[in-house]
Amino acid sequence: MAASSDSVERETQLQGLGVSRLRKEDARFIRGRGTYIDDIKLPGMLFGAIVRSPYAHARIKSINKDKALALPGVVAVLTADDLKPVKLHWMPTIGGDSQAVLADEKVCFQMQEVAMVLATDRYVAADGADLVEVDYEELPVIVDPHKAMDKDAPIIREDIADKDEVGHGKRTHPNHIFTWESGDKKSTDAAFDKAEVTVREEILNPRVHPCPLETCGCVASFDKPTGKLTVHITSQAPHLVRTVVAMLSGIPESKIRIISGDIGGGFGNKVPIYPGYVIAIVASIVTGVPIKWIESRIDNISTTGFARDYHGIGELAADKDGRIKALRFSALADHGAFNSHVSATKLPAGLFNICTGSYDIPTAYCRVDAVYTNKAPGGVAYRCSLRVTEAVYLIERMIDVLAQKIGVDKAEIRKRNFIKEDMFPYTTAFGWTVDSGNYHAALDKVLKAVDYEGLRKEQAEKRAKGELMGIGISTFTEIVGAGPTKVCDILGIGLFDSCDIRVNPTGSAIARLGTMSQGQGHATTYAQIIATELGLPSDEIQIEEGDTDTAPYGAGTWGSRSTPVGGAAAALAARKIRAKAKKIAAHLLEVSEADLVWEIDRFQVEGNPSQSKTMKEIALVAHTGDLPEGMEQGLGASEYYDPPNMTFPFGAYVCVVDIDRHTGEPKVRRAYALDDCGTRINPMIIEGQIHGGLTEAFAVAFGQAIPFDESGNHLGNSLMDYFLPTAVETPHWETDETVTPSPHHPIGAKGVAESPHVGGIPCFSNAVVDAFAHLGVTHMDMPHTSYRIWQQCHALGIDEGDAA
Amino acid sequence: MIPRQFEYYAPESLPEAISLLNEHGDSAKVLAGGHSLLPMMKMRFAEPEHLVDLRRITELRGIREEGKELRIGAMTTENDLISSALLQEKCPLLVEAARLIGDPQVRYKGTIGGDISHGDPGNDHPALAIALGASLVLQGPDGERIVPAGEFFVDTYYTALQPDEVLTEIRIPVPAKGTGWAYSKLKRKTGDFATAAAAVVLRMKGDTVDDVAIALTNVGTTALKASDAEDSLRGKKLDDVAINEAARLAMSICDPVEDQRGSVEYKTAMAGEMTRRALRTAHSRCK
Amino acid sequence: MASKQTVSFKLNGNDVDAVVEPRELLIHTLRERLAHTGPHIGCETSHCGACTVDINGESVKSCTCLTVQCQDADIVTIEGLERDGALHALQEGFTEKHGLQCGFCTPGMITRAYRLLQENPNPDEEDIRYWMSGNLCRCTGYQNIVKAVQYAAEKLSASQA
Repeated sequence: MAASSDSVERETQLQGLGVSRLRKEDARFIRGRGTYIDDIKLPGMLFGAIVRSPYAHARIKSINKDKALALPGVVAVLTADDLKPVKLHWMPTIGGDSQAVLADEKVCFQMQEVAMVLATDRYVAADGADLVEVDYEELPVIVDPHKAMDKDAPIIREDIADKDEVGHGKRTHPNHIFTWESGDKKSTDAAFDKAEVTVREEILNPRVHPCPLETCGCVASFDKPTGKLTVHITSQAPHLVRTVVAMLSGIPESKIRIISGDIGGGFGNKVPIYPGYVIAIVASIVTGVPIKWIESRIDNISTTGFARDYHGIGELAADKDGRIKALRFSALADHGAFNSHVSATKLPAGLFNICTGSYDIPTAYCRVDAVYTNKAPGGVAYRCSLRVTEAVYLIERMIDVLAQKIGVDKAEIRKRNFIKEDMFPYTTAFGWTVDSGNYHAALDKVLKAVDYEGLRKEQAEKRAKGELMGIGISTFTEIVGAGPTKVCDILGIGLFDSCDIRVNPTGSAIARLGTMSQGQGHATTYAQIIATELGLPSDEIQIEEGDTDTAPYGAGTWGSRSTPVGGAAAALAARKIRAKAKKIAAHLLEVSEADLVWEIDRFQVEGNPSQSKTMKEIALVAHTGDLPEGMEQGLGASEYYDPPNMTFPFGAYVCVVDIDRHTGEPKVRRAYALDDCGTRINPMIIEGQIHGGLTEAFAVAFGQAIPFDESGNHLGNSLMDYFLPTAVETPHWETDETVTPSPHHPIGAKGVAESPHVGGIPCFSNAVVDAFAHLGVTHMDMPHTSYRIWQQCHALGIDEGDAA
Repeated sequence: MIPRQFEYYAPESLPEAISLLNEHGDSAKVLAGGHSLLPMMKMRFAEPEHLVDLRRITELRGIREEGKELRIGAMTTENDLISSALLQEKCPLLVEAARLIGDPQVRYKGTIGGDISHGDPGNDHPALAIALGASLVLQGPDGERIVPAGEFFVDTYYTALQPDEVLTEIRIPVPAKGTGWAYSKLKRKTGDFATAAAAVVLRMKGDTVDDVAIALTNVGTTALKASDAEDSLRGKKLDDVAINEAARLAMSICDPVEDQRGSVEYKTAMAGEMTRRALRTAHSRCK
Repeated sequence: MASKQTVSFKLNGNDVDAVVEPRELLIHTLRERLAHTGPHIGCETSHCGACTVDINGESVKSCTCLTVQCQDADIVTIEGLERDGALHALQEGFTEKHGLQCGFCTPGMITRAYRLLQENPNPDEEDIRYWMSGNLCRCTGYQNIVKAVQYAAEKLSASQA
């Protein structure tokens, strides 16, 4: 029946699911009253400054602390020797390896942590750090991962030289970490052998860094009398930090409190546990006073979790119409000097085998070989959902390569290969069951919106005049919501998540979750989910995350698991409450539960709507004696949600890039992004996520890199060179959507925050290559800087003179 | 992030400032806008023991016309240049160029004098000063001397300015009516130094070049005057052949450093391309 | 070694003093001594603008300013924009138009926009992007920040009319 104006008003008052309501968290941020890590000041607090290695590979001959210790205000200087008594000079990594907390006898990457100076303020600490004298003996350096497994390659990890595995199967060389395979090699090789068409490209995904505007840091405070350790920290996963700290320190988890307050951007950079945190914690335990460690920007770019560094080979086998018969991808993964790769235990290469993408491919095989080099550790980060960026980049590039090889339009070839709407849920050749999708509809909508035919016509006209114009397409499917505990665990802890809701007698509520916002708007979006489930206004639902003393256990927010996992937990916890409320309503209205229907914010007797009880009324009653026989007071519930599957958001992006052939400058003229994240909780927030993810994708595609020279020295690790676009460079974004709910998610939502990054990078890259496609170019590696594009123009002899 | 310790002075007069520089010699540095020097001090690449801040010497800031010259005080900020009605009318080259320097916050503090005297080959004002035929007024303990811009820049971070001297004023002959001008700057993003840039000042006589000045930014140890390129254009029609030849000659004097902006080959080629664009744009502005 | 100096200036309308070494950066004085943690530190090379404050009517990166340079200065930070409980139009605009996500760039961004609108009350999109290019953001992609500033410009003009 039609919604009455009264029900519309009640619905509006909820500001629940689907509404572009303004954010609740903004109030403090617009006033400059956020509480970020460097805002924390505790009495007696000391400041820790890290002394770092200038060399990429060297033995430490000696460390002299005398001059530093003589400086007034310097309280202590910690080195590996000071951590040895508590066995914390090394720590286990999430990747199954171990990592030096403070360099023990040698350093393995430039700027590795060698000592920490503790002083009364950061100025003295900086002076003290300069006074620590370290004597190094340089060793030969490996920067090129292709050389890491050479016979005579210098051994980087002498500490594990005798270990024939580091968590993920047999190693074949001291610098080898693991080899991981997925799929069916035999049938894939066979398909390639008999294919009508094959294509092969070497495709680099360069080392980049998420570079959130706030760097990492912590304030560790150990209270000697009570034995309680409190750590304020920039962590996207506070509970995991607590568990790991308990394992490392021997302090019971019940006496450890990890508090993530406001975080100035994460993008995966703030998931790992960094040496700076561990040293600060040990320093606090030893001194009994709070220790603050805040890294600099250069520290952040140079030493914290980088992303990508995948040297890939993509191969597709197809028939002459471009129908893909097989996929064979491999990657040489440069993990740096320690495998601190954030990934589930059973997934050492993350979710790389999502690389069949949006396409129906009968057989596939992929392989990742991971090696150590003399660079900072990391690999999984930057809005990529565990190597998904790498996977999607490969398949979206390769399908363009295939299109060019057989002369089929790049949109058309995708349509020929899409998983069809009636094939979902679809199990890929690698065993992932893609929950839902409608790729044809998404692509058709975008092509129409940008007048694709018109663009191709314009391109042809421009090419005739010698101008370079590229059209980039990306039709990605990505995989988020880690994840089912059978498959996804970190150090054995399953990647479930949780929500604990308590409704107050006067009808407002507080919900705590195990996820951790770094700007995604959880205080608003979770409240919206719960508002619709409970019929209480989202304004009156307080959301809390980040304090392990109060929040239920969860794996945090890495960049796209909150809605799929935390959101599900929130909805299901709310439904438990509503189920209890229904019983109370039935009791109050003296009917059976079967006679009740839920309508927006109340239970109504079917056929007699004036007989109703609102959730607010029920909340009060839940705290009285007027309850059904045997029912406990209170109106609250917890849900620990183990997702049955990952979710698979998808999208269709098109962009237009014009290239100045004289300077190589690329200009994104238009970018149109259609995303399908299933049920949309807050369209305004979704749009904001898309803008942000596209901008980060733009930065990656057109300028970001972490370059090294042959000696392992950083060549561009400050914001002078590391490309963060300003408002001037950043293109205008157009956004659109389709909605294909996830069948297994309680509210049908899939999560969206990583999609624009995952989908944007190949979209931009494809456009740049497309601009040169008519000249025979099949691939160009990122970053597509003016310089590198000019090199392509110059090689083709088109960088000079007037138009042809 | 944290500079080393130093003593700080904010003298109210120029003689006082000079006397402080004289007293402390090489261990002292002048502080103007601070947006070149302070970042270097924060990274501890520069460690002066004494900082002489010129901010209170108000006579060093301002733009005026004096006879046939525009006289710009050394402490005049980039933002002052951009918003100057006098420059917009009489020397729009400086306005256009200032808009391409730094970012809005940097431009409130960064000064033309600091930009010139720092000696950084990446700074823009040296090439502009050379192209405009500017003279630089230096004050020291022995009085005032005037150095033509073309003789001021010696090497990277090394100019004609002595440790006990202060650059006080930039004097520019007012460009004649009908003079064309352009600053073409290729950069990776807002706020970046030039990958390569060319400053052009151009006078036409009919359809031939009466006089031209071409100076290049960030493709050598200092800003470079492209004299051969200039010579090749005087008296010639400014057509594509001439422009390409001038660009080739401009490229021939380039000696850039390879860095993340590009290779030697790229930067040199871009110096050529910026020269071409600046010449064309300047030509279109000649009335 | 270096002698400390007492520096007196106005901070959001209030007279304050700070006793500092010459090398102390304004951002640290504001955050550590004067409890104004709105301006943030995002880099050490003067690129990001998260530390932007308003000094004597100019937007300045307070990380590239010595406190000793601020004797008698009139300094405004994000904390000074709300007056008597009423939000500045920019603060309203950033909320209305979703111009912030993590909030870390926001104080610098709004403080910069504040000065921009004083000097150019009616900027178009290109103007806003150009005149705000000294403030980096990683979350929003700037598009909604432009809308927020336009919202504020309209509101301020309307109240002037």
